[in-house]
Amino acid sequence: MNDNRPAPAVLSVTDLHVHYGGSHILQGVTFDVPATGVTALLGRNGVGKTTTLKAIIGLAPRSGRITLRGNEIQTQRTSRIVREGIGYVPEDREVFGGLTVDENLRLVDPDRGVEAPVVAELFPDLVGRRDQLAGTLSGGQQQMVSLARVLLRRNDLLLIDEPTKGLAPKLVTEVADVLAEVARTTPILLVEQNLPLVRRIADQVVVIDAGRVVHRGDAAELVADPALTRELLGVAMRREGAA
Amino acid sequence: MSDLLLLLVTGLGLGALYFLAASGLSLIYGLMGVLNFAHGVFMTAGAYAGWLTMGDLPQSLPVGARLAVGVVVAIAVGAVIGLVVEVVLIRPLYRHHIQQVLVTVGLSLAGVAAAQGIWGADPRPVETPTWMSGTTVVLGARLPNDRFVYIAVALLLLAGLLALLRYTRLGLVIRAGVENRTMVEALGIDVQRTFTIVFAIGGAAAGLAGVLYSQYAGAVSPGQGGSLLIYAFIVVVIGGMGSLTGTAVAAVVVGLVQQLANYYAASGVGDLSVVLLLALVLLLRPSSLKGATA
Ligand SMILES: Nc1ncnc2c1ncn2[C@@H]1O[C@H](COP(=O)(O)OP(=O)(O)OP(=O)(O)O)[C@@H](O)[C@H]1O
Ligand SMILES: [Mg+2]
Repeated sequence: MNDNRPAPAVLSVTDLHVHYGGSHILQGVTFDVPATGVTALLGRNGVGKTTTLKAIIGLAPRSGRITLRGNEIQTQRTSRIVREGIGYVPEDREVFGGLTVDENLRLVDPDRGVEAPVVAELFPDLVGRRDQLAGTLSGGQQQMVSLARVLLRRNDLLLIDEPTKGLAPKLVTEVADVLAEVARTTPILLVEQNLPLVRRIADQVVVIDAGRVVHRGDAAELVADPALTRELLGVAMRREGAA
Repeated sequence: MSDLLLLLVTGLGLGALYFLAASGLSLIYGLMGVLNFAHGVFMTAGAYAGWLTMGDLPQSLPVGARLAVGVVVAIAVGAVIGLVVEVVLIRPLYRHHIQQVLVTVGLSLAGVAAAQGIWGADPRPVETPTWMSGTTVVLGARLPNDRFVYIAVALLLLAGLLALLRYTRLGLVIRAGVENRTMVEALGIDVQRTFTIVFAIGGAAAGLAGVLYSQYAGAVSPGQGGSLLIYAFIVVVIGGMGSLTGTAVAAVVVGLVQQLANYYAASGVGDLSVVLLLALVLLLRPSSLKGATA
C-alpha cells in the first residue's frame, strides 16, 4: 500500500487561492489526490486545511483550477460538485439536530435512509436510533451520522475534516475502522491531527504551511521522522492516542 | 357572556387573517433569511386579482361561486409573483440582506403606485356572498359568518403547511435548510430551487390572505396589503421568526389582544396593545429573533 508512486489523480488542485476579507489564506496551493487510498492533508492549526476542503467543494471564495476525474469543477456550485461525486464530511459534523437520524440520511437517500445496507454494515448503532433527534446524539454518534450521510451516495472522492476531533480513544478507533473500510473502495482526502491514525490509514500526505504546500510524500515516512513532523507540523499534532 | 363570545370569535377571525398574512413571510424568513417587504404587495395583488376576477365572471353566477374562482386566481397570481420576484430580484442578491430589503421595499412602493395608477387610490367595494355578510346566533351572540370562513381557511392552511413540512421531501429539505442551508447544499441538494418553490408558496399564501382580507374590509385598495403586512411582521417576530406553529399562536394572541383591548379599553388601544405586546416579547425573549421551523 505504501508505494511511493501514487495512482493517477482523481482530484487535481492547481494554484488555489483563497482570500477571506483582507487575509490571503491559501496562496497557490497545488497537489493531487491519488485515485486510491487515503491522502492526509496536514498542517498547523489555522493554516487553512478546512479552507482547502471548503474551496474544493465551493464553500469558500476561491480562484485556481480544480479538476475531478479531469473535469474542471472550480466554477460549479456546491450542490453540483457534490453530485459530480465529492462527498464532504465537515469539521464539526454539522448534523441537522432538529431532524431524526433517519431524516438526516433521507436527505441524501430519500428512499432508503437508515435502511440503506451500508448503514447496517458500517454504523449498526444508528439503525436502532433511527427516530432519535440527531441533536441528542453523542459526539461520536453524530460523527457516524455525518459519515453515513455521505456514504449513501456514490462518491469518487471523500473530503473528511477531523473526524476524530473531540472523541474518546475507543471511538477514535471505531471511526478509524470505518475510514479504513471505506478507503478500500473510495479515495479519501483526510484532515486529521491524530498522527497514529494518520500512520495507520493514510498512504500519502500533503502538508500546508503559510498558504502553500510545503511537503508531499509517503505518510509512514513522515510520521516516522519526529524532526520532520516537528518542523512541518509544530506541536499541534497528537503523537499518542488510539487509532 | 355573549359579548365575550363575540370578541373571541372576531378576535380569532382577525388572528386567522394575520396568520394567513404571516405564514408565507415566516416560511420565507425561516429558510432564506429574507425579510420580504414585498409581501404586502403580493397580498394587494391577490386582492385585486380576486376583485377583477369576480367582476369579469358572468354576473349571473352566484357571488359565492365567483369568489371561489377569485380565490383560486388570487392564489395563482400570488404564486407566480412570488416565483418571479425570487428568480429576478432575490436570487441575484442572495446573502446581500440590506440590498434585499431595499429591493423588496422598492417593489412594494412601486406596486402600490402601480395599483393607484391603474385603479385609483380610492377603495373599490368588493361583493360579498350573502351568507358571509350575515350572522349566526350562538348562545345569544350574533357572530359574523365571515370570521368562521377565515378561521377555517387558516386552519386548513396551517394543517397543509405542517403536513408539507413533516411528510414531504420538500418539507424535509426546508426543515434542514432552516437549520443549516450550507450543509444542505453540501449534501448535493439544490437549495436555490427550494428557495424558489418556497417563495412561490409564500406568494400563494399571500394571495389567499389578500383576497380574504378584502372580503373582511369590504373593499380593495392599494395600501391594503401594506397595512396588513405590519401586523404580519409583528406576528412573525412574536412567533419566533420562522416557526410556523409559533406564528399561528402569535397570530391568535395578537388578534385576541387587539380585539379585547379595542372593546374593553377604547377603540384604537388595540393597535397600541399589539405594539406593547411586541415590545414585551422582544424584551423577555430576545431569542425569538432566531429561526426554527414547525
Ligand atoms: N469565514 C471566514 N472568514 C474569515 N476568516 C476565516 C474564515 N474561515 C477561516 N478563516 C481564517 O482562515 C484561516 C484558516 O482557517 P482554517 O479553518 O482553514 O484552518 P485549519 O487549518 O482548518 O485549522 P484547524 O486545524 O484549527 O482546524 C484561519 O486563520 C481562520 O481564522
Ligand atoms: Mg480545520
